[in-house]
Amino acid sequence: MQLQESIGMALNSIRVNKLRSVLTLLGIGVGVFSIIGVMTAMGVLQNAIESGVSSLGANTFQIQKYPQNFFSDRDRRRYRNRKDISYDQAALFYERMKLAKFVGLEVWEGGKVAEYRNIKTNPSVGVAGESIDGIATNNWNIVNGRSYTNQEVQSASNVVVIGSDVVKKLFPMGNPIGELIRVDGDQYKVVGTLEDKGGMLGGNQGNMVILPITTHMNKYGKERSVNIMVTARDQKSYNDVLEFSRGVLRVIRQVPPGQPDDFEFFSNDTVIAQFNDTTFMIKIGAVGIACIALLAAGIGIMNIMLVSVTERTKEIGIRKALGATKFNVLSQFLTESVIFSQIGGVIGIVTGSIMGNIVSLLLESPPVYPWNNSVAILQTPFLDFTALQMNITALIFCSLIGIVFGVYPAWKAANLDPIEALRFE
Amino acid sequence: MQPVINIKNIKKTYIMGMVEVNALVDVTIQIQKNEYVAIMGPSGSGKSTLMNVIGCLDTPTSGLYEFNGVNVGDMNDNELAKIRNRDIGFVFQTFNLLARSDALHNVELPLIYSGMKKADRKARAEEALGHVRLEDRMHHKPNELSGGQRQRVAIARALVTNPSIILADEPTGNLDSKTGVEIMGLFNDLHAQGNTIILVTHEEDIARHAHRIIRVRDGLIENDHIVENRVLPGIHS
Repeated sequence: MQLQESIGMALNSIRVNKLRSVLTLLGIGVGVFSIIGVMTAMGVLQNAIESGVSSLGANTFQIQKYPQNFFSDRDRRRYRNRKDISYDQAALFYERMKLAKFVGLEVWEGGKVAEYRNIKTNPSVGVAGESIDGIATNNWNIVNGRSYTNQEVQSASNVVVIGSDVVKKLFPMGNPIGELIRVDGDQYKVVGTLEDKGGMLGGNQGNMVILPITTHMNKYGKERSVNIMVTARDQKSYNDVLEFSRGVLRVIRQVPPGQPDDFEFFSNDTVIAQFNDTTFMIKIGAVGIACIALLAAGIGIMNIMLVSVTERTKEIGIRKALGATKFNVLSQFLTESVIFSQIGGVIGIVTGSIMGNIVSLLLESPPVYPWNNSVAILQTPFLDFTALQMNITALIFCSLIGIVFGVYPAWKAANLDPIEALRFE
Repeated sequence: MQPVINIKNIKKTYIMGMVEVNALVDVTIQIQKNEYVAIMGPSGSGKSTLMNVIGCLDTPTSGLYEFNGVNVGDMNDNELAKIRNRDIGFVFQTFNLLARSDALHNVELPLIYSGMKKADRKARAEEALGHVRLEDRMHHKPNELSGGQRQRVAIARALVTNPSIILADEPTGNLDSKTGVEIMGLFNDLHAQGNTIILVTHEEDIARHAHRIIRVRDGLIENDHIVENRVLPGIHS
């Protein structure tokens, strides 16, 4: 008997036992859904973080008092007692780092209002203070006007470069260059605007204004820790520059030999690596949960198939009387359970991909399509899985479940005695 | 001429718990092509066992069973399935149609297992349904058909493979007497067209449609005789 017939019979039996079929499909669907959902969401987050951190230029690392993120109170206490990286220290560092291509100094203030005439932004505009190299180390591009000059930084002029979101809000029509805007009460002259780079985690890439760091510190105070960004001349000198800057900063901050650094380095790579470290456990957890769910679903399929075999004993008897071989009956029931698990798997992949990509809507970051074959969303020590590979693996796994848990009921059906089966009522 | 069915000294013993039950003690029968035979006997006589053996649903414990000259006793499950599929058309008392499939698909079923292509088997099934005058009920499910119509679908299913024998087990047992007469008329027609028919029944009236009656009792052939005054059904369905 051809496979096509088996499939037809399987679909028919799924159709006539609607409720039972739906419940079984749900079981396997939920298992696949949980794994695909979590993986897709993590893939989206990873996309977001990669496009987020890539706002740092190439071959660039950052030095801060605090690490990028920390998770426990113990960590918080440890870092809180560190001395700030003062502007003077940072300026000294800038003087001594001739090896680097750019050294940018940066301070931040968040949640401010920018206004132009009677148009106001929401109180969510980030106010950056940047040294002259800060524009370059942040990988920002001026699309209109210019950056501020050395002169303007030295003299702490009230000039501002504004992000694309602020441009859209305050100057929906006109040209902002040369106009005066008010940020947090003070007036600044707009000299340039930034290229729109799209959203990222937190969504503030365009929603900011950039002052000269001196202007920023005059307004918001000097008692704050400065972020230092260093761009190496090329990939080759990156590690040397990193080590050199470590030495320079230890000398400036008078860290005794043998003591650990009292500042943190990070780069795009370390941020991504750190993200992968944290999410790896979540992913492994999701795989574990999904495996348990799929095991439960598999047992569900087996249960359903056993009930189905018992219920259809008469049918099996008829089929055997009409000439069905053991293999015919076995393959019919096996096809049925594999089709069950496949349909469940497809439902799980579709809903899981949708759920996972809801995260991308929330973060306004690029979605991870289920057929995406370029970004690894699960990195294991042995193999990396892209979304497409993940989904194919899920379907193969579903077939395996269908076969493993379908074999016993199918075998039972195939070995029914036709005379007994025909007598069954 | 080689008989279709050649049964020699077969014995069938079941083991039920610790007790051996001799369902068939010593049975010898020959049935020729285009015979119309009724097998009769009270319940417990071994008539059902004999029918199962003839239908290749079961194999005898000892003795010889040749079907079209081929020894069935040596066959494995798959070979038996093949014989049932190609050479035996079953008609059951309870019709035994697949409840969820329409008449056409029910008739197609044996052809599916013989590996016939879809278009061919559809044509064959339609032809068989036409033979039992159910052309207009092809897409009805069994529960949308009357008892007589269901049995006609079952007969079409038995005919569709052009089997060597049609084996009917109490085919009128679940039908009222008028419909029963119609079905018996159909069997008479089939016989007249050259089919070999074996009818298993305990009703004398039904058995008297056949040309030959074999009476079974206690696992032995009690009597095997030609019917003198056959019943010819007055109404042809």
